[in-house]
Amino acid sequence: MPETTFLDSTELVLNMGPQHPSTHGVLRVILKLDGEKVMGTECVIGYLHRGVEKIGENRTYLQFAPYVDRMDYVAAVSNGLGYCLAVEKLLNIEAPPRAQVTRVILTELNRVASHLLWLGTHALDIGAITPVFYTFREREEVLKIFENYCGARLTTHAFRIGGLQYELYDGFEEQVKAFCDMFLPKVDEYEELLTNNRIWVNRLKGVGILNADECKEFGVTGPVLRAAGVSWDLRKAQPYSGYEQYDFEIPTAQNGDTYDRYGVRMREMRQSVRIIRQAVDKIPAGPIGKTPKVIKPPVGEAYVSIEAPKGELGYFIVSDNSTQPYRVRVRPPSFINLQALDRMVRGGLVADVVAIIGTIDIVLGEVDR
Amino acid sequence: MNKFLRSIFLVDLFQGLWVTFRNQNPKYIYTEQYPGERPKVAERYRGAPRLNINPDNGETLCIACNLCALACPETLIVVGSERNEQTRRKDLTTFTYDLSRCMFCGLCEDACPVDALELTQDFELAAYTRDGAIWDRQMLEEGPRPTRYKF
Ligand code: SF4
Ligand code: SF4
Repeated sequence: MPETTFLDSTELVLNMGPQHPSTHGVLRVILKLDGEKVMGTECVIGYLHRGVEKIGENRTYLQFAPYVDRMDYVAAVSNGLGYCLAVEKLLNIEAPPRAQVTRVILTELNRVASHLLWLGTHALDIGAITPVFYTFREREEVLKIFENYCGARLTTHAFRIGGLQYELYDGFEEQVKAFCDMFLPKVDEYEELLTNNRIWVNRLKGVGILNADECKEFGVTGPVLRAAGVSWDLRKAQPYSGYEQYDFEIPTAQNGDTYDRYGVRMREMRQSVRIIRQAVDKIPAGPIGKTPKVIKPPVGEAYVSIEAPKGELGYFIVSDNSTQPYRVRVRPPSFINLQALDRMVRGGLVADVVAIIGTIDIVLGEVDR
Repeated sequence: MNKFLRSIFLVDLFQGLWVTFRNQNPKYIYTEQYPGERPKVAERYRGAPRLNINPDNGETLCIACNLCALACPETLIVVGSERNEQTRRKDLTTFTYDLSRCMFCGLCEDACPVDALELTQDFELAAYTRDGAIWDRQMLEEGPRPTRYKF
C-alpha cells in the first residue's frame, strides 16, 4: 500500500454499501482513500447468500432447476440452459432440434434483456437518467415474450432437462420478429443519447482499464474480456445447443476501458438480434423433448459452460447414481469478474468506482449464490 | 475545424436532447394505471393456485395421489386423504398450500395427472397475516377473487 500524499492526511477508510444504490444489490466495498484517490479496495460479499449449491444437494435434479433461475435473476433463461445442458451431459442425452432452436432464441432474448438492464442502470449510475426509462420499455417487450411462453417474467424456469416443457404459443414467431424490427432502431437511439455525449465519453474513456493479460490472470470472461481485445466467446469456441449453425460476429475492442465495454455490449445486442432472426426463420417441426421420468445419472461428473450475458457460466455436477446431485458447483461469471474490481479502481478517483462497478455488470444474486 | 464547431455548438448534447424530445409523444406512454387498469397477463401465467372442481357436480377433480406434494421442491403442499371403502379409492379430505414459500415454478402443476391443480392468472396474493398466506382446500377451490377498484 503506497503512502498517502494528500495534505499529509492519513488513509481514510470508507464503506460503500451494502445499501448503496449503485452497487447493484448488496455489495459492500471498503475503500481506502487518499483524498479523492482510491488506494485499495476490499469487497465484502455474502449478504445475499442463500446456499444454492447446498440446496442442490437436497433436491432432485428436476426440483433444483427453478433455483438456478434465482442466481442471475436478470438472465434466468441462460442459467436454466446451463443447468439443463450439464444434466443432459451427465445423462448423455440431447434435446431435440426444435427445443435447441427455441432455447437459442430465448437465451439470446435474455441476453438482450440483461444488457438492456445493464445499460439503463450503468447510465443511471453515471448520471444519465434518461436511458433507463427507454431500456426498461424495450426490456418489457422481451419479458412479455417470456411471460407468454412460460408464464413467468423473471424467474422463468423455461427449460426442462431433456428439452422444453411448453410448446411455442401461437404467434411466437411474429412477436419475436416484431421485437427484432422494433429493437434495432432503439439501439441506435441509445447510441445517439450516449455514444458521442461528451459527459458520457469523459466519464468512461480511460477509466478502469483492464488489459488482456490481466483479464486472463483474473479469469475474467464475457464482454469485459472481449473489450480488452480477446476474441473469446464460448458460443464460437465451444458451440452448444446448435450455435455453430448461426452466423454472427464476436464484437471486440482494443482499449479495455469502460467506454469499450459499453461499445462491446451495444454491438453484442445487435449480434443477438441477428442470431434471433436467423433462428426464428428455421424453427424445425418435431418433438420438443420429454423429461425422463426418473433422472438417475450414472456415477460421474460433468462440467458444462455457456456464454451467459455476463461471461462464462459453468455448472459442475457430480453424480453418485442417486436422484439427487452429490455436489453442484456453479462458476458464476459475476463472482469471478468482480475480483478484477480492485485492479481496475486502484489509482482512480472515488467517483469512478461507481462507473467501474457498473461496467463489470454484476448481479449479487450470482456473486453470493 | 468541424470538430471544433461541433463542440462549440454542443452538437452531441442536442442530439441526445432531440431523442428525449421525440419520445415525448403520448403514444409512447407505457405506464399502466394499475389498480384502475388491470394488466392483462399471459394465458400461461403462473400465479395463484386453484384446485379445479368438476363444473357439473361440484366435486373435486383431485384424486389425492400426492404427486404434487412430492414434486414440489419446497414441499409446501400437504394432501390429506382418506380411504373410501365403497369405491376403494382415496378421497381428498384436506389440501393446504403454503403460498408464502411457493416460488411459482409450476412443477406441481406439471406433475398433476388429472389437471386438478393449476396456477392461474391471478397475481394479487398479499395477505395481512402469515397464516393468511396458507391456503386451505376451500380457498383453493373457490379460485381467485380479484378486487375490482372503481375510479
Ligand atoms: S409452484 Fe413450485 S414451489 Fe409452488 S407449490 Fe408448485 S412446485 Fe411447489
Ligand atoms: S397431483 Fe393433482 S390429483 Fe394428485 S394430489 Fe395433487 S392436485 Fe390432487
